[in-house]
Amino acid sequence: MTAACPACAGVEMARPAPALETTHLLHLPDIHCGACIAGVERALGAAPGVRAARVNLTRKRVAITAPGLDAATLVAALAEAGYRAQPMDAARTGADRTPRDLLTRIGVAGFAMMNVMLLSVAVWSGATGATAQVFHLVSAAIAIPAVAYAAQPFFGSALQALRARRLNMDVPIALAILLASLASLAAAFDLAPNDGWFDAALALTFFLLIGRYLDTAGRAAARSAAADLAALDVPQAIRLEDGRERVVPAADLAPGDLILLRPGDRLPADGEIVSGRCDLDRSALTGESQPAPAGPGDPVAAGETCLTGALTVRVLRAGRDTALARMAETIAAAEGQRTRYAGLADRAARLYAPAVHLLGAGTFLGWLAATGDGWRALDVAISVLVITCPCALGLAVPAVSTVATGRLFRAGLLVKSPTALERLSEVDIVAFDKTGTLTTGTPRLAVRPDDAALAAAAGLARHSAHPMSRAIVAAAEAAGLAPAPVRDIAEHPGDGVEGWLDGRRLRLGRAAFAGGAGDGLWLGRDGTAPVALPMAETLRPGAAPATAALAAAGYGTALLSGDAAGPVRRLAAETGIAEAHADLRPADKTAWVEARQDEGHRVLMVGDGLNDTGPLAVAHAGLSPGSALDAARSASDVVALSGDVGAVPLLLRTARGAMARMRQNIGLALAYNAISIPLAVTGHASPLVAALAMSASSLTVTLNAMRRL
Amino acid sequence: MNVLAFLIPISVTLGLAGLVAFVWALRSGQYEDPAGDQARALSSDRDDRPGP
Repeated sequence: MTAACPACAGVEMARPAPALETTHLLHLPDIHCGACIAGVERALGAAPGVRAARVNLTRKRVAITAPGLDAATLVAALAEAGYRAQPMDAARTGADRTPRDLLTRIGVAGFAMMNVMLLSVAVWSGATGATAQVFHLVSAAIAIPAVAYAAQPFFGSALQALRARRLNMDVPIALAILLASLASLAAAFDLAPNDGWFDAALALTFFLLIGRYLDTAGRAAARSAAADLAALDVPQAIRLEDGRERVVPAADLAPGDLILLRPGDRLPADGEIVSGRCDLDRSALTGESQPAPAGPGDPVAAGETCLTGALTVRVLRAGRDTALARMAETIAAAEGQRTRYAGLADRAARLYAPAVHLLGAGTFLGWLAATGDGWRALDVAISVLVITCPCALGLAVPAVSTVATGRLFRAGLLVKSPTALERLSEVDIVAFDKTGTLTTGTPRLAVRPDDAALAAAAGLARHSAHPMSRAIVAAAEAAGLAPAPVRDIAEHPGDGVEGWLDGRRLRLGRAAFAGGAGDGLWLGRDGTAPVALPMAETLRPGAAPATAALAAAGYGTALLSGDAAGPVRRLAAETGIAEAHADLRPADKTAWVEARQDEGHRVLMVGDGLNDTGPLAVAHAGLSPGSALDAARSASDVVALSGDVGAVPLLLRTARGAMARMRQNIGLALAYNAISIPLAVTGHASPLVAALAMSASSLTVTLNAMRRL
Repeated sequence: MNVLAFLIPISVTLGLAGLVAFVWALRSGQYEDPAGDQARALSSDRDDRPGP
């Protein structure tokens, strides 16, 4: 039977589709606007096999339903449309439900607070007798369930603290909410002559929940971004199984496995070279910018990168046993010590909580002794607890740090640790690593040889993937030279490249291979003297302005490098860093940082390699670029997602501004208390005055936090 | 003052309706991607055929 009308066919089509399960999660670092959303979704929608794709612009990722499809195919489809994408491990990026739970509680507390306040207006403006009684009962019916639900986080945390025989900020809060609710309930049923405090109890809950939410949401954002970063590099390995190649996660490798490495691969495990020769880039581990040759029998370690030639490696240690993983574990332990740094809010709470209890208890006893009226004394004690309760204090610090970390995130800086801003504001020396931090790690040709030599070198180099070869080709292109037509090119891994041009043999490589003398890269030509091709590192674009700005702002700067003295001195001159140390072993870097801190300085370490993880962990604060090793990123407080260290001055300036604002906010909150506590203790604070003081101070503090830093 | 017997339940019911709407919006994921939703409002891609 055919459908009688088009609408019926439409109904058939509109049946709800089965729930779409996300199969792939891609990180999109560059998207920023509506056009990007449309572009990404269109590109993915056009790819065969993709059933659905939904971009989340806030978290810069796209969830794709494409069962049976390879992540690489999706990345390629996006690359064709002009979007950079990195696959993420969906299992490692679980969603946190706490912020949503807190938002629901804020909604309930806000609804109840507004209704009860409206009802209270009638009482404050003079309703008496049966009318006031009705209003009280209706308020109780709304407030008691709302407090029981919304204030649970405070009750839970206070109970936990009391069980551990400690006092935290939540104990006076829970006490104030509980006492105010119970006394008002008694008043509502005409059991006691007290005032109604329901609106105060709800307003307390509402404002404090907002502070709690800002705190958790900020931390959750940092944690999920850090988890994203960790999920980005899922290390993989090519394992040889009976002569066939199979791609497996690096975690599945076991000692004795044979793995294959192609040029450009990072080693996933420690091992020994079985066959093949190659130049190894050890800069992530040692900071050396010069690659070192390696051949059969040589040991290799996880984290090193194979630059030229293919290698077959027998795995000796894998997974958590590699030198890299063990190093990362010791760092995790060191990091645990730094988290014991007490934040400003904690220090304020430690002073504040006992003071509030003493004041409340003292007021109750004083009024009881003076008047002999227990209900009146309780009423005044409640007003003291409600007014001194740290609404504004609870908002003063989280509101500022939310604004500051949000601003830094937009500048590409991810603040991971909750006390990082405070520690950063105390920093007075900034120590930089060289390779990979101030420089990009890709070399460039420092001195240009004559045109014929450069063209010949480029002709040889364009067939090699070695970074130095690419630098030569780039230099030739920049000079407008066409690479010479070199024939019969043969690569000698670990030594260099050989080829023939116009019947003469050409060799490009290390000195012994090409006939030169000393370090560096040489071009050897039969019948001509060898030409040196000195290489220099490329400075990151923001590095020199950043060090200049730091020096101008009065910070001490230092360069700590594991590289040789020559390149270090050159780079120090380029960036204007006065204190430069070369040939440092990882332990030397750590010792240098510790020595400065023992002298009373506070050091910010900026580094990316495994040799920087020690100093990153012991320094007062640490920063690593997003391209850094996993271990270095987890040891640092701040990650520069863009990889550029140029944001360091902005980071330090924002941290100092944020700290000044936090102190200002705490001062404001204390000033409010200084005025309202005498009123409360002397019994002049009615529920109306308490509600006004509380809301006014919370609003002042929040607005002050939102002001431009 | 008898009018209060109607007005108070009405005002509380309206407030509750607002609260329920907020909780529903929260649960159905409408606060998951505020930046993306801002941008999507101006896109004309799905004007004729509303998406999921």
